[in-house]
Amino acid sequence: MVVNCEHVWREVSNYLDGEIDPELRAAMEAHFKECKHCTAVLVGTRNVVQLYGNERMFELPAGFSHRLQRRLAQQSSYGFQNIRALWIMAIAAAALVVGGVALGNIVFRQPETKSPLAQTPHGIPPNLIVYVSDDSRVFHAPGCKYLHKHDDEPPKQMTASEAMKEGYVPCVRCLRQYLKAEVECPRPSIDSPQWARQSNGSAQPTL
Amino acid sequence: MGSLPQKMSIQVKSADPAEIREQGLIRRVQAGEKQVFYELVKPYERRIYSAAFAILRNEAEAEDAAQEAVLKALTHIQQFRADARFSTWLTQITVNEALMKRRKAHAEIMEPIGEREEDDGTYTPRDFADWREIPSEVLERKEIRQKLADALSALAEKYRKVFVLRDIQHLSIEETAEALGISRASVKTRLLRARLMLRDLLAPGLGGAFFSRLPFEKGTKPW
Repeated sequence: MVVNCEHVWREVSNYLDGEIDPELRAAMEAHFKECKHCTAVLVGTRNVVQLYGNERMFELPAGFSHRLQRRLAQQSSYGFQNIRALWIMAIAAAALVVGGVALGNIVFRQPETKSPLAQTPHGIPPNLIVYVSDDSRVFHAPGCKYLHKHDDEPPKQMTASEAMKEGYVPCVRCLRQYLKAEVECPRPSIDSPQWARQSNGSAQPTL
Repeated sequence: MGSLPQKMSIQVKSADPAEIREQGLIRRVQAGEKQVFYELVKPYERRIYSAAFAILRNEAEAEDAAQEAVLKALTHIQQFRADARFSTWLTQITVNEALMKRRKAHAEIMEPIGEREEDDGTYTPRDFADWREIPSEVLERKEIRQKLADALSALAEKYRKVFVLRDIQHLSIEETAEALGISRASVKTRLLRARLMLRDLLAPGLGGAFFSRLPFEKGTKPW
């Protein structure tokens, strides 16, 4: 087998890697003995392979290992920080829920009643029309004679649910059907103007 | 080439103690013992750095790319298959990382050598002057290492990748083909071109000046 220069250039890399069959190898070796150019190509290519493949070609910079270990440690701690961040987020979310509930209680809860006789009504129709006056914390059914009336300021009309939201309590007389227990209501003083108005013969209060 | 090798099916042929230990470490890391990952990587520090430097030509960038590759390997350790070779997998990640970094930071203004050439297996050497063996001691000189790295960097990416994996990382032809997803024949053809192009690059034009201080015989070229 005889090979020419072009054939040698095509196979010089395989020759160096031992990737050619013995017959071609022998033919190339015979060619190298006679061809100075192809020998230069072979030696130059071998130099390239040996120099680049040498460990000294790429020396590790000083401190490389230390910096790599530190970077790995940072990533691990970053992972830990992520877990910690998740915990913090969970705690914050729980606090938010608790806070929300507390806020809801403040906003939507019934205001405290001022009357010591106040009882929580049961089954009172929320849309029941009731009347209140400014100088009392009690709401009354229409026609209740105990509704405080003023000439200059007529009683205010609202629903039972609105009245309860504003802190009014049901009248223990006109709305007693919605209360559990009978309550002894202190009688107004005989000298009070309210008593005077109620005792002037008017059997049914007018609204 | 994607940023992370999705599959590696190179069989581990031998079962020497070092490989058995390595496989044990891999299993431990996969089970969550991330603190032992450095032990796994340590034998390949030089290899991954050299792969990155061969592509980036800059120490700081190469170190950064190597570190990024190690972190990426740790993050994706569950994707590593037991029948693959860890060093090849790690090298491939490093090469990808370095190439990505190079593409981002150093958009090539000049067309790399061999970019337009086809893989038809033909390449005509340019320099036929008398050559001689270069002693490996020349690598003690940093400027020569830099010239070699510069020459490598001038190659088109497809040739540089094959050369880095095959001649710098010492992967086999099969491993190189597997890592790059190309045929054995393509590896051989690209490797031939890469070697001959480097030889031409490092011969007269680049070679004369920086080898002039070497104790070669007067009148002879170093290569």
